[in-house]
Amino acid sequence: MLRLVAQRVLALVPLLLIVSVLTFSFTSLLPSDPVDLILGESGTQEQHDMLRKRMGLDQPVQVRYAAWLGKAVRGDLGTSFFSSVSVTDAVLQRLPVTLSLTAFSALIAIVVGVAAGVAAALKPQSLADRLATLGATFGQAVPNFWFGLILVAIFAVGLRWFPATGFVRFSESPSDWLRSVTLPSIALGLSASAAIARQVRSAMVGVLQQDYIRAARAQGLSRSRVILRHALTNAMVPVVAVLSFQITVLLGGALVVEQVFSINGLGTLAIGAVRQQDIPMLQGLVLVMVALVVAVQLITDIIYGLLNPKARPS
Amino acid sequence: MTAAPLLEITDLHITYWRRSLLGLRGKPFHAVRGASLSIRPGETLGLVGESGSGKSSIANAVLGLAPVSSGSIRFAGSELAAMNARYPPSLRKRIQAVFQDPYSSLNPAMTVEDIITEPLRVHTELTRAERRAKAIELLQRVSLSEEHLRRHPYQFSGGQRQRIAIASALALQPEMIVLDEPVSALDVSTQNQIINLLYERREALGIAYLLIAHDLALVHHISDRIAVMYLGHIVEEGPSDRVFHAPAHPYTKALLDAVPLLDPQAQRRRRAARKSAPAPEAARVAPTGCPYRNRCPSAMKRCAEESPPAYSVAAGGVASCFLLADARPEAASAASATA
Repeated sequence: MLRLVAQRVLALVPLLLIVSVLTFSFTSLLPSDPVDLILGESGTQEQHDMLRKRMGLDQPVQVRYAAWLGKAVRGDLGTSFFSSVSVTDAVLQRLPVTLSLTAFSALIAIVVGVAAGVAAALKPQSLADRLATLGATFGQAVPNFWFGLILVAIFAVGLRWFPATGFVRFSESPSDWLRSVTLPSIALGLSASAAIARQVRSAMVGVLQQDYIRAARAQGLSRSRVILRHALTNAMVPVVAVLSFQITVLLGGALVVEQVFSINGLGTLAIGAVRQQDIPMLQGLVLVMVALVVAVQLITDIIYGLLNPKARPS
Repeated sequence: MTAAPLLEITDLHITYWRRSLLGLRGKPFHAVRGASLSIRPGETLGLVGESGSGKSSIANAVLGLAPVSSGSIRFAGSELAAMNARYPPSLRKRIQAVFQDPYSSLNPAMTVEDIITEPLRVHTELTRAERRAKAIELLQRVSLSEEHLRRHPYQFSGGQRQRIAIASALALQPEMIVLDEPVSALDVSTQNQIINLLYERREALGIAYLLIAHDLALVHHISDRIAVMYLGHIVEEGPSDRVFHAPAHPYTKALLDAVPLLDPQAQRRRRAARKSAPAPEAARVAPTGCPYRNRCPSAMKRCAEESPPAYSVAAGGVASCFLLADARPEAASAASATA
């Protein structure tokens, strides 16, 4: 297991390098010139040249990349073209917001999805199964931003149980954090929970027909032990295999849901950076997002290895 | 031979309800229709029949995995059928099971140690170390060794997996093991090894087996008595040698004929004769009369009108067929005739 983790962490280095090269070359292929964007039509040619030199944009791409990489390795992702704030600071400031939203919605999606999937699988074709299937279809069909607005209308504006917008940091007030993150997390996690419920149901139905379930029952194990220890651990193997994909989708969805709930997370930052063509900010964001996705994959791979003996390197 | 039966099944009916589209009760499916059999302590009863005959339903009912519609299953004085599959642990540990497909019957996520010690963890107060010692002993009993403890099922062959399943079933020293087609998923050379292992364990521990199989020849070697099932009915029952060498019921004869003949000419003639007989699903008949009459080469008018009772067979046992009516007086009941 340790070897698996070490292998994966080492494989992270070339992957991040490749991604950084790609984002760097894509952004330098953009047709617009950041200097023009900053100065607009007004500046003189001299002013343009001066700014270009100060920003290092007169250098060839590979030199700029090497300089950027040298700093990035030390944790300095450059400076925003527009707000002159450090990209690292800006990203680190927003990261906990998006992370807590994604993590909480992943938790909701997994708990709701697994519970609904198991309930449906225990009695196929029953009322519970039909309701779960109906709910899953609804959950996958409904866009998260629309569902978010409905949640706000009912639970924030109507019932006033939760704030409609904004985000409170966990370090400031855990209870307010929970209140602020609940509605966006439900909106975000809905489609993932539906997808997980479907996968758990089909995997669980297959596992429950296996003879080791019959054997466990014949040995006199309690119903909960048969379902949780014997059936669910095996049914979760195919589910965990695609869980990293689900969480990656959540990470992308968070960027949208942040807009609905006016949360200042990475999404708001990214949309602003795209609009302004703030290249250093975009590069930093892409790199951090890729690192997050890879980290999620690493974690799910470890869980997969724990659940499935065949996947462990011997 | 007069010991009280360990397991006594009387007039057992098992009916499954197919669900209709709306999740309501649909058509009934009668898997077992009035089966009776008994097993004495340390005795092996071979239960034989083609697929769909209801033999696995009986296994499930005895193990408390299938609901009993009517009838009685008495095990060591306790009425199992009335418990609605909720056996107290004290009873549960006395009946264990080995299933057909060892690729499916061992939990792939567990180690061999976990699989073998699981019944001990649930039913005994043994410590982890004691359970491990017991697991090592059990592994040795089934010709495996301590080094296999930490491995997972996928690292074993079919025969080895079935040995692990048997070790797990032996862990609680049960009085009876239900063996549901324990060798039919294995290749022929392995089948004999597993049968020999089962035989050897029975001789050493005095366990009773309910051995379910479709291969009469295989069951014959290890069984004391054989019961033959057809469409939910037990059509013949008797001492193993008698049933195997002198079958009394036409269906038992057909089952023995299912073994291919070495002479291709004879095999071709037999195949041609068998073609005219409908498949068991198509041959399902109204509950009255003999269940086998549509496929039976000796069917008479009487077979459709009344159900044949159990007639006792000269060399031992009973068979439900009117062919025996002239030669033998009606047996009082299947159970008493076998004692």
